Amino acid sequence: MKILVAVKRVIDYNVQIRVKEDGSGVHTDNVKMSTNPPDDNAVEESVKLKESGKVKEVIAISIGEDKAQETIRKALAVGADKGIHVKTDSYIEPLGIAKILKKIVEKEKPDMVFLGKQAIDDDCNQTGQMLAAMLNWPQATFTSKVNLKDKSIEIVREIDEGLETIEVNLPAIVSCDLRLNEPRFASLPNIMKAKKKPMEQIDAKDLSLDLTNRIQQIKVEEPPKRKAGIKVANVAELVSKLKNEAKVL
Amino acid sequence: MSVLLIAEHDNSKLKPFTLNAITAASKIDSEVHVLVAGTNCENITKEVSSIPLVKKVLWCDSPNYQNYLPENLAPLVTKTAEKYDHIVASANTFGKNFMPRVAAALDISQVSDIIKVSSPDTFVRPIYAGNAFATVKSNDKKKCVTIRPTSFDPAEKTGGSAQIEKIEAVDVPNNSKFIKREETKSERPELGTARVVVSGGRGLESGENFKLITDIADKLNAAVGASRAAVDAGYISNDHQVGQTGKVVVPDLYIAVGISGAIQHLAGMKESKIIVAINKDGEAPIFSVADYGLEADLFKALPEFLAELNKLNTIQK
Repeated sequence: MKILVAVKRVIDYNVQIRVKEDGSGVHTDNVKMSTNPPDDNAVEESVKLKESGKVKEVIAISIGEDKAQETIRKALAVGADKGIHVKTDSYIEPLGIAKILKKIVEKEKPDMVFLGKQAIDDDCNQTGQMLAAMLNWPQATFTSKVNLKDKSIEIVREIDEGLETIEVNLPAIVSCDLRLNEPRFASLPNIMKAKKKPMEQIDAKDLSLDLTNRIQQIKVEEPPKRKAGIKVANVAELVSKLKNEAKVL
Repeated sequence: MSVLLIAEHDNSKLKPFTLNAITAASKIDSEVHVLVAGTNCENITKEVSSIPLVKKVLWCDSPNYQNYLPENLAPLVTKTAEKYDHIVASANTFGKNFMPRVAAALDISQVSDIIKVSSPDTFVRPIYAGNAFATVKSNDKKKCVTIRPTSFDPAEKTGGSAQIEKIEAVDVPNNSKFIKREETKSERPELGTARVVVSGGRGLESGENFKLITDIADKLNAAVGASRAAVDAGYISNDHQVGQTGKVVVPDLYIAVGISGAIQHLAGMKESKIIVAINKDGEAPIFSVADYGLEADLFKALPEFLAELNKLNTIQK
């Protein structure tokens, strides 16, 4: 079996983002970037399935500017076999990303596509489901456990009420949650080896897709700031404040 | 112009966030129609028809819609959407699961997780874990929108009498199967709608110590929350997680105990009316959003807190 795993380069999850004064977006110059966290889980699970012998090949794909290749190299360094970089210098909405992924799926014919459940920059939570609809494949979102069978996968998903178990036929889309596994770190020798692994480059323009964005960003602003609070000296003062000042008890 | 909203229910009860989504839908257009798809769900249609903001109920009853498999539900919504300008659902694990399938089938770019309706085509949504608000305008003819439930008040439940219209089920692909759902049963209020939330983090050090949190929660009739660190460590189950990828809560009172306040956690609770932080690290980022901060060892402070609460004659419910 073959897995295509999609990874996105985003502002590192530990960075406190800063909104641009002109309202056009957030500052990205000289900001630490890394792989979208649940995409790391998607890579890890793909590699684990390969190590179990059930999967033969793992292809990592990223869509974006040239630096997206760093994100692909990281996936190669932890065990993916081959990379595909679809180059674009402009922002593409999840709908367009799903269209690109569909093209690649049709070419590579994987049995599964793994990706993170959500990107922590635009927080859209759409790409996997959209790709599933376009391919007419079943999907498992918010996946926290994977049991790969011959022609299907049993999945445990994290839902608002607790956990849900479903079984989807292959081929399928799996969007990964953070508790699916513990992503490994790449060792230095593997980072070196990853540099020699194949990386295919495709220009998004050559895919003959309509990637026009449909959503116009009018402005980006800082959310209202909370007033600084106070520190209380002890529990008695806390309860008294909650009761008499905040009136919430 | 009219809005199609997809109701969330478990075939016996309407899920409360549907009411919040109805309020948001009514801000897009007053002609709100609600699709109730399920199995033997006639009671739900009646419940929805009595909501005054709802103008029409579409009822589709079929065994295929019992467990909301998105492969089955999305084609029905896509077909029903033909006559509507907006398709709306809650941005929880229900709406997030099927709505992008509908949007893709209709070749629409979805607007996720809105917190404000500025006009029928312009919305405000948080990005970067709520550290920025983006105002976005959808240029698609039809619009698929998911709604952050806690940003809208729940709609009135009674007084209306909307017409109920039965609609036909559509073909399903039979490529997915529901096996089971393990719901955490609790006597406490639901995390998403509770007036008070008491949350614990890694500072609790173990699952057993969460009893310190649940004792306070029971006293305050509060829901129990947790940071991702506490859930990852196995102290408590995933459905308690508050944060960017967990639940977003907006209670009157949020008490964060032993939670340092990572950006991802703040995303889920910083809109709460009053925030209390109890942490032994005076530099913890959680204090920057707290109205009342107590720098203390939680293992001492929580029993004292419970004792003080017990001294109060009345506690608001």
